[in-house]
Amino acid sequence: MKTARQRTTIIAAASLAISMAASVLLLRHIDRIRPQASIEDVLYVNSPRMIKRASLGFDGLMACIYWTRTVQYFGHRHFDYAHTYNELAPLLEITTTLDPHLLPAYQFGASFLAPRPPGGAGQPERAIHLMEYGIANNPDNWQLYYNLGFVYYTELKDYRKAAEVFERGSKVPNAHPFMKILAAQMAMHAGDFATARMLWSATYETARESNIRQNAIEHLRAIQLDEDVTHLEALVTEFGQRNGRAPASMAELAAAAHLSGIPVDPDGDAYKLTPEGRVLVENPDDFPFITKGLPPGYKQGPPKFHNH
Amino acid sequence: MAAIEILGLEKTYMVGFWRKRPKRALQPLHLTVEEGEIFGFLGPNGAGKTTTLKMLMGLVFPTAGTARILGHDWTDPEVKAQIGFLPEQPYFYDYLTAHELLDYYGQLSGVPGKDRKRRIEEVLERVGLTDIKGVQLRKFSKGMLQRAGIAQAILHNPKLVFFDEPMSGLDPLGRREVRDLMEQLKQEGKTVFFSTHILSDAEALCDRVAIIHQGELRGVGAVADLTATIQGKVEIVWQGTEVPASMKALGAECHITGDTVRAVIPENQQDAAIDALRRERIRLIALTPLRTSLEAYFVEKLQRPQTAAEKTLGTAV
Amino acid sequence: MSPRIVYIAANTFREAVRDRVLYNLIAFALLLSGAAIFVGQISIDIERLVVINLGLTAVSLFGVVIAIFIGIGLVSKEIEKRTLYTVLSRPVRRWEFIVGKFFGLAGTLVVNTFFMAIGVFGALLYVAHKFSKPDALILVALYFIVLEFLIICSLALLFSSFSSPLLSAVFAFSLFVIGSFADDLRGFAGMAHGITRWVATGAAYLVPNFSALNVISAAAHQQPMSSQLILQNTLYALFYTAMALSGAVLIFERRNLK
Repeated sequence: MKTARQRTTIIAAASLAISMAASVLLLRHIDRIRPQASIEDVLYVNSPRMIKRASLGFDGLMACIYWTRTVQYFGHRHFDYAHTYNELAPLLEITTTLDPHLLPAYQFGASFLAPRPPGGAGQPERAIHLMEYGIANNPDNWQLYYNLGFVYYTELKDYRKAAEVFERGSKVPNAHPFMKILAAQMAMHAGDFATARMLWSATYETARESNIRQNAIEHLRAIQLDEDVTHLEALVTEFGQRNGRAPASMAELAAAAHLSGIPVDPDGDAYKLTPEGRVLVENPDDFPFITKGLPPGYKQGPPKFHNH
Repeated sequence: MAAIEILGLEKTYMVGFWRKRPKRALQPLHLTVEEGEIFGFLGPNGAGKTTTLKMLMGLVFPTAGTARILGHDWTDPEVKAQIGFLPEQPYFYDYLTAHELLDYYGQLSGVPGKDRKRRIEEVLERVGLTDIKGVQLRKFSKGMLQRAGIAQAILHNPKLVFFDEPMSGLDPLGRREVRDLMEQLKQEGKTVFFSTHILSDAEALCDRVAIIHQGELRGVGAVADLTATIQGKVEIVWQGTEVPASMKALGAECHITGDTVRAVIPENQQDAAIDALRRERIRLIALTPLRTSLEAYFVEKLQRPQTAAEKTLGTAV
Repeated sequence: MSPRIVYIAANTFREAVRDRVLYNLIAFALLLSGAAIFVGQISIDIERLVVINLGLTAVSLFGVVIAIFIGIGLVSKEIEKRTLYTVLSRPVRRWEFIVGKFFGLAGTLVVNTFFMAIGVFGALLYVAHKFSKPDALILVALYFIVLEFLIICSLALLFSSFSSPLLSAVFAFSLFVIGSFADDLRGFAGMAHGITRWVATGAAYLVPNFSALNVISAAAHQQPMSSQLILQNTLYALFYTAMALSGAVLIFERRNLK
């Protein structure tokens, strides 16, 4: 025979379980239909100084919170193939004003503030400004010089400045040895594939944030592919000079050039050869950032990040 | 029907920092209280009286055992409409007036609206709280709070009333009034169960008592039985400062206090003693059969460890 | 439904009022009037924004403080003062007591909010000199604030049912702060790995999501709100409140009142 107390306990326990489940489900649903104006809400106060004052001294925590929001913001927009990242610069500026020593923020800025949309915000000047701010506040950190030089190299193509920055950075105690190497490379062989590969490999190795690493991998793949296509097209030219015509197929070219087999791209798909002698990649959409091997009139779609 | 049947209620608390040490507040208790009687629950402080009451009220959950109140399971919420409870040194919502408090309690006890007002006035008069309209309880003296407490306990005309130390904090006049009230309740056919450590009150009021000490029941029985006459002795008191030879001859034990003498003599010498005094022209003040006081019984029960037989029966032998 | 819950709620309301809680409205009125007058003398464009933001934030914060201050003592004070004994010796079920206390406190806050709303609209009228249609969104924001109060009350009651007033205040206030940053907690969880991720995600969903219920700036910027969203938030608040109250009932039912 159940006492009143037992009955109440059962009902209360059931009620607890049901309401808990319902709350969680409703919350997930609400998140989906909430206006994405949430970040704009957050940045209603756009001035880093005001936010610093409003933090009541809990700067470090607020910096962490803003850093989280920055990553989420970028991730969401990237996922949605956005073309503008207007809030990225303010978010990074707020984060670094609250905590000038939050190093991952600077690296994030270098990777994603400078490049053109949809890969980034397309604001290299602000990225440079951010890096200089970081260097001023963290003079013993060689990585910030790296990030700055990176921006000069990749987006502004200002190789002289990049070399200067890498040189400055190499003088910081405990700087990674490749800083000196990169400085030298910049000066001599700025436009080479090898330099670019070195730069992106360095980024991949020193970064811990997954978006940045992904980005570096895609660039490395693009470099590989560009290199391949350049090499293959040189072979086609050679073939043409020797035989007076374009090769009939990739197989013929491969045989003539003594290649070990049909050349394949980093995904394992064979490169295609057009009758005019152009080398094309099988799935250009899988390779954001490539500049070669693209069919004529190809419009680069939104970049897809693969999981490697 | 018994008003209260306690069937093996027991309570063990876990104490200590890790709550591992068991502390027995109440050994399994077996007790019955009949309808219409005034029952005293006696014991020194910390004996387990309040624990028992709280278990009956459902404020504390027993480790084992059950109880029946007015024939119903003690956890049945509906039975509470028929009982009243006055806790020890009660404290009420001090921001309310006595009228508001009783109105609130009346609502909770299910007294219908139209009756409530009338009942409140009746009960306040009965406990002697007059001229307190609009006065918040935080301004009440201890005695007034106790009266308010009694008022809330009887407001809804319960069949069974529980009082925990009802006399505490009252002056002699107040105690007298409470005693009278309890007598009246009995005359109205109600059952009164009250706990106290003041034996004279119990002796005066109760039909039956139970004595509890260190969580154990030490004795139960009718007051009259427990304080039965000892071996037919009488106490005789006369005016004077000396003990006449005739009295000494009767084998009296005498005490002289001021200008009176008290002597204890065997019952069968009663008449001889009266004659002796008359012959000596000594003024007789009193002649009373000697009874054990409840106090003596109480002290004895507290000191003597219980036998196994008494423990199982839960009664005194 | 037993009327006892209503009686307990009414008495809880009466206690709050006699405890002079409604005097907070004076402080609120002073604050808002001061702000309205001050703001009226600076820029023309943002006075509406300031009055609405400040007003609604004050309604929210004042209310949360009251909810916590009163809520934490709802049960523990009755146990400490032993006023509970005479209540529970009557045909009152323990769960009725909890639910009644909840409605009493929630009722106090609704009444308080009502008066504050009048104040906000009054200040708005003063600086803007007229009402415009989108100002109705302020009512939505106020409604959401009331939903927030329901959640806070139920949490304060939950903690009061087993914890001392001081600890209850700490817990309730912490949950309020964490709940206001619930979105960020979700972000943290998203960046974590392994078991931390599971724990953080669980916490992020169980903490009351006050950021979803905070539409103050949206109201200030006159951004409309879909009725779907209003409905879902209402349901969320109700279920969350039910969850906290169920917890309170479960705990209180088993408590030995020494």
